[in-house]
Amino acid sequence: MCAKTLTIDGNEVSAADDATILDAATEAGIKIPTLCHLEGVYDIGACRLCLVEAVGIPKLLPACTTKVVEGMNVRTDTERIRKYRRINLELLFAERNHVCSVCVSNNHCELQTLAYNHGMDHVRYDYLFPKWAVDTTHPRYGMDHNRCILCTRCVRVCWHVEGAGTLNTAGRGARSQIIADLIQPWGEADSCTSCGKCVMACPTGALFQRGATVGEMEHDREKLEFIITAREKKQWIP
Amino acid sequence: MAKHILIDPVTRIEGHAKISIYLDDSGNVSDAEFHVVEFRGFEKFCEGRPYSEMPGICGRICGICPVSHLLASARAGDAIMAVAIPPTADKLRRLMNLGQLIQSHALSFFHLSSPDFLLGWDTPPQTRNVFGLIAANPELARAGIRLRQFGQEVIEILGGKKIHPAWAVPGGVRSSLSEQGRARILNWLPEANATTNTALELFKRVLDTHEREVKIFGNFPSLFMGLVAPDGSWEHHGGKVRFVDSSRNVIADQLEPRDYAQYIGEAVHSFSYLKSPYYRPLGDSEGMYRVGPLARLNVCDRMGTPRADKELRHFRSLGHGAVTSSFLYHYARLIELVACLEQIEQYMADPEILGGDLRADAGINQLDGVGVSEAPRGTLFHHYTVDGSGIVQRVNLIIATGQNNLAMNRTVAQIARHYLHDNQITEPLLNRVEAGIRCYDPCLSCSTHAAGQMPLQVRLVGPGGEVLSETSRD
Repeated sequence: MCAKTLTIDGNEVSAADDATILDAATEAGIKIPTLCHLEGVYDIGACRLCLVEAVGIPKLLPACTTKVVEGMNVRTDTERIRKYRRINLELLFAERNHVCSVCVSNNHCELQTLAYNHGMDHVRYDYLFPKWAVDTTHPRYGMDHNRCILCTRCVRVCWHVEGAGTLNTAGRGARSQIIADLIQPWGEADSCTSCGKCVMACPTGALFQRGATVGEMEHDREKLEFIITAREKKQWIP
Repeated sequence: MAKHILIDPVTRIEGHAKISIYLDDSGNVSDAEFHVVEFRGFEKFCEGRPYSEMPGICGRICGICPVSHLLASARAGDAIMAVAIPPTADKLRRLMNLGQLIQSHALSFFHLSSPDFLLGWDTPPQTRNVFGLIAANPELARAGIRLRQFGQEVIEILGGKKIHPAWAVPGGVRSSLSEQGRARILNWLPEANATTNTALELFKRVLDTHEREVKIFGNFPSLFMGLVAPDGSWEHHGGKVRFVDSSRNVIADQLEPRDYAQYIGEAVHSFSYLKSPYYRPLGDSEGMYRVGPLARLNVCDRMGTPRADKELRHFRSLGHGAVTSSFLYHYARLIELVACLEQIEQYMADPEILGGDLRADAGINQLDGVGVSEAPRGTLFHHYTVDGSGIVQRVNLIIATGQNNLAMNRTVAQIARHYLHDNQITEPLLNRVEAGIRCYDPCLSCSTHAAGQMPLQVRLVGPGGEVLSETSRD
């Protein structure tokens, strides 16, 4: 495997042949904001928060799914990128009912943290205020479609870490939703092993421990990292 | 010719409202209506949420008394889980409610109402407010503001923040009282007691010169409702419902809060978003009842703490049977402040208050849950119906201010009869009508399940609905 060299934000960086721009930047200690990316499962480039500029390419590229190219010159933090990231964040907020003050994940939410970091003090788009239900039929967990950003992290850990394949997506566009088995109430989905990895993976308050009250839901990302490290590297590091 | 006087909006109350005064053909006051013009929609948009989120959401009904909604909502959650919460959790909830009563009563007395009777009724409205009080009596104003701060600090020490703590949850509370927190409360108690005593002495002097106000500010027979402990003593959280009449005869006692629909009816009037609850067995014309400090003192047999009981004896001497003047809500509020401080002192000496067993765990065991708590303004009911997985299907909230709605209408009419002359809308009339409403310390954000400061508008409307004259004050 040969290494490739590229420039990220003016820094000379080397990366593995099959690395993505996000891998290379992370390795070099350069932080690119992400939302649908989750260590240990494949990337889908859905949230468009990790958009970067590559000199010579007119369109913006998702860092999580774009492989590095020898000699590439990448910029991760320009006026244009910040503008588009904020637009993306505002659209996420406008699409569903994200009411932080009463959300189970208030102050422990990746979407909320990104909005703070990007100075999102208001949303310029009309809120859609869709009607979405909350599914609390599972004995241990709840699913609130109002808070879901369709990052599908839960679907990917369910299929590719736990191997249960309970969660999936259905529908199209803004009407897409996370489903359990054959669009059943989660509590009736036979394939669910109640492992809770989806809840650990969720970046917002969409998946939560049943009974959680305002701000009480902290997604246990460390446990998920432990499982993934154990699976991939055969290392059991608590 | 019949006329209609409108006061819009009413100032120094918590929320937006206006007042209509109707005159008959001979120019006498025939009726009055207190309109609440806000609409919040909590009962509707909470449908579909998990019951466990309700205390956090319902706390947001109000920035003055979020704790009251938080606690009533958590109790409704307890009922859905069908659990008895750990004793420490119950004591901590009570402690927070005492903090809530103190901060709200201090706000009502010092910030909102005392400028009326300490600065004088006919002081210009520009200076008849808490800032005028600061200029006239800085020591008293400072002490009052500090007393409110004490109540707020009790809430913050327990819940992590002064406003909208999401601390009480179905099954108990989220965090315990620390040793440092207890020490902080204990250190502040002597100052809080001293301020309350000063206010009591002051108000008793006010009473000597305000016989007219005592007579005409909402002085009429009505029922009174409030929670009492099993032994009949003053209760603010938990307990059962008691009704007394204007002679203080107990007409219903130890009523289960969950059966509220059997004894409370809710009338809806087209002129207000505020519902008008009444005592169902007597119907909506005879069943008018009052809630809040005056009612709680009228329904209870005793306060249960020595200094408050001493004050209660003096309070009782001001009525024949029940104390029926709404002007004495202010006095009742101060006596409750004494009781709250005494109870806090007792809790501070109770080792169990520092316990760590705080939260009962259970699933959905009842599809219906009613939670009741005494909010500063009166008895507060939260009633939720959930489905088998705990999703809220129906919400009914009966708010203290709503229960005083009929009494507030009657109070406005009574004051207007004394101060309205020659169909002229005068400053003294406006001042006293507003002050009459303020006796009830109404919280309209709560009761319509909005916010802000209001100018004052009065309209005279003729029998055909035409506006005969209009005046407004910012």
